[in-house]
Amino acid sequence: MKQILKTTITILSVAIIMAGCNPAPSGSKSKNSSKGALSGTQAEKAFVAPGEHDEYYGFLSGGFSGQLAVYGLPSGRLFRVIPVFSQDPEKGYGYSEETKPMLMTSHGFVPWGDSHHPDISQTNGELDGRWVFINENNTPRIARVSLTTFETEEIIEIPNSAGNHSSAFITENSEYVVAGTRFGVPIPQKDIPISDYKGNFKGSLTFVKIDPESGHMNIAFQVRMPGFNFDLAHPGRDKSHGWMFFSSYNTEEANSLLEVNASQNDKDFIAAINWKKIEEYIAQGKGHEERAEYAHNTWDDATHTATTVMEDEVLIINPEDVPGAIFFMPTPKSPHGCDVDPTGEYIIGSGKLAATITVHSFTKMLKAIEDKAFDGESYGIPILKYDAVNYGSLEQPGLGPLHTEFDTRGNGYTTFFISSEVVKWNIKNLEVVDRKSTFYSVGHLMIPGGNSRKPFDKYLVAMNKITKDRYIPTGPEVCQSAQIYDISGDKMELILDFPTIGEPHYAAGCPTELLADKSVKIYKLADNKHPYAALSEADSRVERKGNEVHIYLTMIRSHFSPDNIEGVKVGDKVFFHVTNLEQDYDVPHGIAMIGANTSELLTMPGRTETFVWNPKKVGVWPFYCTDFCSALHQEMQGYVRVSPKGSNVPISYTLDEEVPGEEE
Amino acid sequence: MIAGSFMLLALFIFPLWKITLVAPQYPEPLGMYIHINRLADGIEFNDVQNIDLLNHYIGMAHLPSAQNVKKGLVEPFVEFSIMPFVVSALALLGVVFGFIGKRKLYLWWFILLSISGIVGIYDFYLWLYEYGHNLDPNAILRIIDPVTGELMAYQPPVFGYKRLLNFDVYSYPAMGMSFIAGSVVLVLLAFLFANKKLIR
Repeated sequence: MKQILKTTITILSVAIIMAGCNPAPSGSKSKNSSKGALSGTQAEKAFVAPGEHDEYYGFLSGGFSGQLAVYGLPSGRLFRVIPVFSQDPEKGYGYSEETKPMLMTSHGFVPWGDSHHPDISQTNGELDGRWVFINENNTPRIARVSLTTFETEEIIEIPNSAGNHSSAFITENSEYVVAGTRFGVPIPQKDIPISDYKGNFKGSLTFVKIDPESGHMNIAFQVRMPGFNFDLAHPGRDKSHGWMFFSSYNTEEANSLLEVNASQNDKDFIAAINWKKIEEYIAQGKGHEERAEYAHNTWDDATHTATTVMEDEVLIINPEDVPGAIFFMPTPKSPHGCDVDPTGEYIIGSGKLAATITVHSFTKMLKAIEDKAFDGESYGIPILKYDAVNYGSLEQPGLGPLHTEFDTRGNGYTTFFISSEVVKWNIKNLEVVDRKSTFYSVGHLMIPGGNSRKPFDKYLVAMNKITKDRYIPTGPEVCQSAQIYDISGDKMELILDFPTIGEPHYAAGCPTELLADKSVKIYKLADNKHPYAALSEADSRVERKGNEVHIYLTMIRSHFSPDNIEGVKVGDKVFFHVTNLEQDYDVPHGIAMIGANTSELLTMPGRTETFVWNPKKVGVWPFYCTDFCSALHQEMQGYVRVSPKGSNVPISYTLDEEVPGEEE
Repeated sequence: MIAGSFMLLALFIFPLWKITLVAPQYPEPLGMYIHINRLADGIEFNDVQNIDLLNHYIGMAHLPSAQNVKKGLVEPFVEFSIMPFVVSALALLGVVFGFIGKRKLYLWWFILLSISGIVGIYDFYLWLYEYGHNLDPNAILRIIDPVTGELMAYQPPVFGYKRLLNFDVYSYPAMGMSFIAGSVVLVLLAFLFANKKLIR
C-alpha cells in the first residue's frame, strides 16, 4: 500500500513538473522541434528584465537600408537606426540643409546606399569604442560614425572602384580602414566593349588612413590589382599586424554568367598585402599620382554642418612598384570570408562552394616568401605554393562556409550558408567541437570583439539571409531573422530569435560599459557655432534678403519663438533655421511645415538645423512640433501668413503679441 | 578658535543646502545647490535652468540664477550680496577673538554665528514660502488644493521630504554645513579648554 502511494506521488509530481515545462500548446503546426530546443533556463539567458540594461551593444549593418542599427545584446532589442548612406526623413538626415552634403558623391547627390560591414576602431588590437566604420557597396564609400553621438561624422568616396565589398575593416591600431573592388572596372573608366574584361578591367584595394585624434579619413594609397572580384578582408593581428588579407573570386575574369563562369577554377586567391612595406616604398617615392574624382564629406561639430570637398588625386601603387609586398595564397573555391584569429597566426579562408575550411599559417607564409616557394605568378604577383602556406583544412564540417569569428579559447565559429548552421571548431586540432542549426541560411556572424585580439566570447549573433516561417507573416516581404547563441560553455545554446531591419551583412559589438558613460546627452548651447543659430529667444527673428526669408526660430517647452510670422510671399524661399534651446536630456523638438517638400527636422537640445520651404499658396499656414516634448506639446505650434506675390505686407514676427528681444 | 572661524570661509566654495527633485520623467534627479552667494547645478549641467523651466508650468517665479538675473527676468537676491559679508565678518571676528584669546568672546562668537544661522534659515523658509505661494494666476497648471479649496501651493520643505505634484522633493544641508558644524565644534572646544591655553 505504502509502495503504491509512493509511486502515485512520484508519477503525479513528474506530471506536474512536465506541465510546468509546457506552458501552452503552440498554434503552429510545423515548428515545435526548434522551440523544443529552447528550454526555460536558456530563455532566461536572453531575458533582460524591464528597466535592466543589456550587457553588449550590437551594431548591425542595415544592408539595403543603407543604415546602421543599434541593438542590445542579449535582448535583441532595437534602440536606434543610425542614418548613414540613406536619407532618413524621421531624423531629417539627408533632408536638412546641414546633412545633405553628407550624401554627395562624384555622381551627385545619392539618396541611398547599401551598407555592409561595420567595424569598431581598435587600439593595440582591442576595441576602443571611439568610432564605428562602415562601407557602402553600390557607390563605393566608407563612413565614420561617432560612438559618443551615434551620428555619421564623415563619408569618403572610393574612386577607381565598383562594389566596395571587402571593407570597412580596420587595422589593429586603427591606422587604416580598407576598401576593395568587387566588380572589376576599367581604370580610369572608359568606353570599351564589356568583353574586353580580361586583362583590361582592374580592381583597386584602397588603404584609407585614419587620423588617430580626429578620426578623419584620407586615402593614403590604392593598390591596382588584376580585375578579380575582391570579396572580404581581414587585417593581420598581433604577429601578423602590418599585413592585410583580401579574399577574391572570379580569378577567371569572367564578365557574364559569373555563377558558372567564375566557378571554374579549383582555387582562387587570398591576396596578402604587406602595407607596412608599401609605406616604406612610398617613403622612397614609389607609386604615382593619378587624377580621380571623389567626394569627401565631413561634419563639423561646432557648426553641426557637413561640407563636401571634391578631391581630384589618388596615389596609385602597381604591384611591380613594390616587390615583396604583395602575394597570392591559393584558396579553394571562391573564398568569401577571410578571417584572422586573435593570435594572428591562422588565416582562414571559407571557400563558399567547398565543403572544407582552409586554414593558412602566417608563419608558413613568411617562410614560403623567404624560400620563394612560388607556383608561378599572376599579373606579376607571385603565387605562393598551396602546401607551403597551408596549415591544414577542416574536412566536411558543413556545406558552404562563409565567415569565421573567434573566442579566447582557440575556437573558430564558422557560418555555413547551404547547410544552415554555425559550427564551432578547434583551429589548432582542426576538429569540430559543436554545431547548431540557424534559421535559415546564415550569412555572417558576430562575436563582440570576435575579429580583434580580445574577443568577448559570451554571445554569438548569427545573421540569416532567409526568414520564411520564423515569425508571423507580413506579406511577401518579411523582416530579416537573427539568432543569438550563448557560447560561454562547451556547447553553443540558442537563446534568442530577433528580427532586424534591412539585411544585416555583418555586425560589430562591444561591452555596454565601453560606450554608455561616454554617450552624449545634450549639446551645449554655448558650443553652438552654427551661423544661423538663435541662442536665446531674444535672438529669434525673421529677416528678408530679396526673395529669401530667413526665420531664426527657437524651440523650448512648449513654444516656438516667434510663432506668428507675417510678410512671407508666394515665390519666396523660406529658410527655417531652428534652434532647440533645451539643455535637458531627452528633450528633442521636431518641426514640420505644411506644404514643405521635405522631411521634418528632429533637433537635439543645443543644435540648430535648417529646412527650406517654398510657399506656393496664399493663406495662413501652420507649423508644429512633431516630437512629443512635454505636457503642452500639442500647443507647440505657430502660423506663417503667406501673401500674394508683390503684396506689401511687411515682415513681422511676434510671440504672445510681442516682438522677441524687444523691451515691453 | 582661529582654525574654527577660518573654516567658515569654506562656504565660499561649498554649498549650504541642496534641493533634489525626482519624478517619473527624471529618474536621474534634478538638483540645485544653494551657496551663500549663488545657485549652482546640483547634479547635471544646467539643472538650475531646467528646474526653472519646469517651474513655469505652475507659474512659479524665475529662480535668481545668474543667467535669469542677466536676462532681467528676476531681481537678484539681496541675500547673495549680504551673506558673503556676514560670513567674512564672522570669520574675521573669530580670528580677532582668537588672538585676543578671551574665553567669553568665544562664546559670544558662537552666539553670533547661531543668530546668523537662525536668521538665515528663517529667511530661507520665507523665500520658499514666497516661491511656493506667489504663483502666476495665468499659470499653465492651476490645481485647486482639495483641502483649502484654493490654488495649490508648491512650497518646498526647508528640511526633509515633500511630495509636490509628480515630484519628490528632498531638501537637506550640503557640504558647507559640515564646515559650519566643524567650526562650531572647534570653537566650543576652544571655549571648554581655553584655560589650558592649548588652543587659542
